[in-house]
Amino acid sequence: MIALLLRDLRLAVRAGGGFGLGLVFFLIVTVLVPFGVGPEGALLAQIAPGILWVAALLACLLSLDRIFALDYEDGTIDLLATSPLPLEGVAAMKGLAHWLTTGLPLTLVAPGLAVLLNMPAGAYSWLLLTLLIGTPALSFIGTFGAALTVGVKRGGLLLSLLVLPLYMPTLLFGAEALRRGAEGADNTVPLLMLAGITLGTIGLLPFVAAQVLRINLR
Amino acid sequence: MSIWEYANPKKFMETTEKVLPWLVGLTAVTILPGLLWGFYLTPEAENFGSSVKIIYIHVPSAFIAINAWLMMLVASLIWLVRRHHVSVLAAKAAAAIGTVMTLIALISGAVWGQPMWGTWWAWDPRLTSFLVLFIFYLGYMALWEAIESPDTAADLTSILCIVGSVFALLSRYAVNFWPQGLHQDASLSVDKAEHVADVYYWPLILCIAGFVLLFVTLVLYRTRTEVRARRLKALEARERMA
Repeated sequence: MIALLLRDLRLAVRAGGGFGLGLVFFLIVTVLVPFGVGPEGALLAQIAPGILWVAALLACLLSLDRIFALDYEDGTIDLLATSPLPLEGVAAMKGLAHWLTTGLPLTLVAPGLAVLLNMPAGAYSWLLLTLLIGTPALSFIGTFGAALTVGVKRGGLLLSLLVLPLYMPTLLFGAEALRRGAEGADNTVPLLMLAGITLGTIGLLPFVAAQVLRINLR
Repeated sequence: MSIWEYANPKKFMETTEKVLPWLVGLTAVTILPGLLWGFYLTPEAENFGSSVKIIYIHVPSAFIAINAWLMMLVASLIWLVRRHHVSVLAAKAAAAIGTVMTLIALISGAVWGQPMWGTWWAWDPRLTSFLVLFIFYLGYMALWEAIESPDTAADLTSILCIVGSVFALLSRYAVNFWPQGLHQDASLSVDKAEHVADVYYWPLILCIAGFVLLFVTLVLYRTRTEVRARRLKALEARERMA
């Protein structure tokens, strides 16, 4: 499993096109917002938590179809399915690799972009914390979605349609926890709900994703 | 009689052929008097005027919209557990009807909300969760269309329906985090105090019964269409082989 994880990480970094792209997309979406709503600092500060979360979510979505599509095309996934490694483990590692190459870098650059959106300085730690807790859920839900659409030619658009509604609770709790944290209000409940969703998706969805892969490989 | 007998499409087609005319008749004698009673024979409510009558469309369609998804969930589970072929086709058939019912509930609600709340739309928990439900329906139907092999499509959509149900429920409770919005409390609930007034209650019940019958009738019709489409595909395949 570790070998698979390392392979995926190496592929993501070296094969190009995937790794940096999400980050650049995150940057562009964040930069586009002031162009759209105008440069008033107070307004930007108010909407910054939502914008950063939505942008992170979209950047995450961008690289989802790479999770399984390439392996499906060149037959790697068949080899993995027949190997002694349980398919559930494969799905979990794929999710983890996606998070390490997308969610984690997004989290780390987010404070830099928060400066552009005039976010109050006290909120940076909340931004890091909520994204750190929430983005794994995005990756694991995405792994399930990618497994669903792996057999569909050009399934990228379908994948977005299927995955985005599943992202809604994560987005709501993540942005709500960040907003309350930024305002200095008590945000324990949304934070706990966010953590609950993440743990639940990590614990359960690899099993579902593996089942879906088996159906697709029949 | 058990539902397992109807896993045989032939048996299903024979039975529904006999049952459907009766169901159509029963739907007509429930839904038409219900709507007429509601529209013409109930008084206008104070504060609401005649706009209160949208309730006879809005509440039943919302009721069906939610329960159609529940029915799809149960049908999907039956398919996954016992490979009940007609069951999964019924789920597929119900999806489109559920989508339309969700849309009717949203639009009738907007039409009612404009004069009453002064806005077509508000990000109220109930309204939002219906919009989310609508998107879930769209995703479910899109997945059906995208996959060619019928059994694979059935399996994948069933799993999507189950996972989607969990997330739809999560979204429903997540939006409760927002400040409570404009929507009224439940029109019908076990707690009597919340009920609508008695004059509106019985026509509403009749309308809901009518919508349920309408839903069952439409699902059966659409399932029959799906069965026939399957048969056509099989015939075409056989012809190509010959």
